[in-house]
Amino acid sequence: MQNYSGLSLLRHGISHHENWPRMWRTPTPKKSYDVIIIGGGGHGLGTAYYLAKEFGITNVAVVEKGWLGGGNTARNTTIVRSNYLWDEAAALFEHSMKLWEGLSQDLNYNVMFSQRGVLNLGHTLQDMRDIRRRVNANRLNGIDGEVLGARQVQDLVPMLDCSKNARYPILGASWQPRGGVARHDAVAWGFARAADALGVDILQQTEVTGFMIRDGQVYGVHTTRGDIEARTVGCVAAGNSGVLAGMAGLKLPLESHPLQALVSEPLKPVLDTVVMSNHVHGYISQSDKGDLVIGAGIDGYTGYGQRGSYSTIEHTLQAIVEMFPAFSRVRMNRQWGGIVDTTPDASPILSPTKVKGLWFNCGWGTGGFKATPGSAHVFAASLAKGRPHPLAAPFSIERFNTGALVDEHGAAGVAH
Amino acid sequence: MLHIWCPWCGEHREEEEFHPKGQAHIVRPVDPDACSDEEWGDYLFFRDNPRGVHRELWVHAAGCRKFFNVMRNTVSYEILETYRIGEQPKILAEVNVVALPKREESESVASDARRQAGGGA
Repeated sequence: MQNYSGLSLLRHGISHHENWPRMWRTPTPKKSYDVIIIGGGGHGLGTAYYLAKEFGITNVAVVEKGWLGGGNTARNTTIVRSNYLWDEAAALFEHSMKLWEGLSQDLNYNVMFSQRGVLNLGHTLQDMRDIRRRVNANRLNGIDGEVLGARQVQDLVPMLDCSKNARYPILGASWQPRGGVARHDAVAWGFARAADALGVDILQQTEVTGFMIRDGQVYGVHTTRGDIEARTVGCVAAGNSGVLAGMAGLKLPLESHPLQALVSEPLKPVLDTVVMSNHVHGYISQSDKGDLVIGAGIDGYTGYGQRGSYSTIEHTLQAIVEMFPAFSRVRMNRQWGGIVDTTPDASPILSPTKVKGLWFNCGWGTGGFKATPGSAHVFAASLAKGRPHPLAAPFSIERFNTGALVDEHGAAGVAH
Repeated sequence: MLHIWCPWCGEHREEEEFHPKGQAHIVRPVDPDACSDEEWGDYLFFRDNPRGVHRELWVHAAGCRKFFNVMRNTVSYEILETYRIGEQPKILAEVNVVALPKREESESVASDARRQAGGGA
């Protein structure tokens, strides 16, 4: 693997940057692997990377039906934070946050992780009570957080309408300074490049069409490029997890919804933090390129169409203009939808199944991007050891039958 | 924007008047106290999530406020049929692609003709 550094940049500058090597190979599938990961997004590629790096399992294939990071990895609003309410979720997302903080160095790939802080606004007394409760819970779990009043919010974000005349006046906010944004497709590419260098085979344009299961044990997958054997298979397929589960005769407590985002034309710097509002329902940040990155709520109906309804966009932009009246003339450039797999308790599923050797990492719903390295790390540990990592254990599928739910609807930040 | 035929109002209306309410035809356990944890969890939390034709419950929230069923393709978002509560769809779930009636033709359809489709996005 070509090491990226100032020196390599200089050296390639001399040859007009025409001789950079490819970031990963395009291998032909082998007959068998130790582990197959289904899904070449951030979580899947990260799982392969940590399997190879931390657990010495390099005979791994990542099977992806499209192209790397073409699903939700490239369809989110890139927000990273860890201010979740319950101990189980806080531990998992904070684990992820700690990995984010060293990720660019670890991968030798600039994921442009920028800890510019995340504000969650409160517009009602109940919002503020919930914010206080969550910030207290965060601090007890060692996660940074502060409760801010309206004036402090105004100081942080001068463009925000904090006046009392607003339709939904801002009363305050929770503030996580270590939160921020990262460049989403760089995360997929960085993990792919690092995993490939450790010997992982990344198989793009390879769609899984079924599982090979004998006596309740998985021993491979059928794909559009032939059968591939492995006695451990990890499914990391986000919105299509339910379809994969169906192929193995399993059912997951998931519903797949379109979740939309949009970006504006590039502007000069106006917003140097991330602003989220559960109440009026919009969230916004400004990318390094200058465009405003805006997130919407999910469409109420289920769908796999990777597009959403116009009424949802309209509601989102109403919320953004409510918060930032100055943005009312900003024109939107692009809009897209990703298919998110929501669970009844807005917490993920990191779990073995009734089929031995077949694992699922899914249910991240509307907030999976922030968890990418943490999810990948604990999932890799679970696959390598054959039992759930302690941080993954509370997120088993069984919780929907035992009732031990991890209700994170408040911290998830998007109504579903 | 979906255009949805409300089988109670007998009209096409825009998506914003309606709220989706999840999977339709969920059967309540006859004796909830006798359910095992597994059966009860399945009833509460496990839903069909098909990539294809799905039967779901909608409510005409900003209209007649009545519930009805929709048969919809979750990939193309085509609405194949809407029908009242207590009825069964005329189209079988296995049918994946059905020619869409044109939206302009809907006015010529009698209001009790419940098998109607929306014009899609």
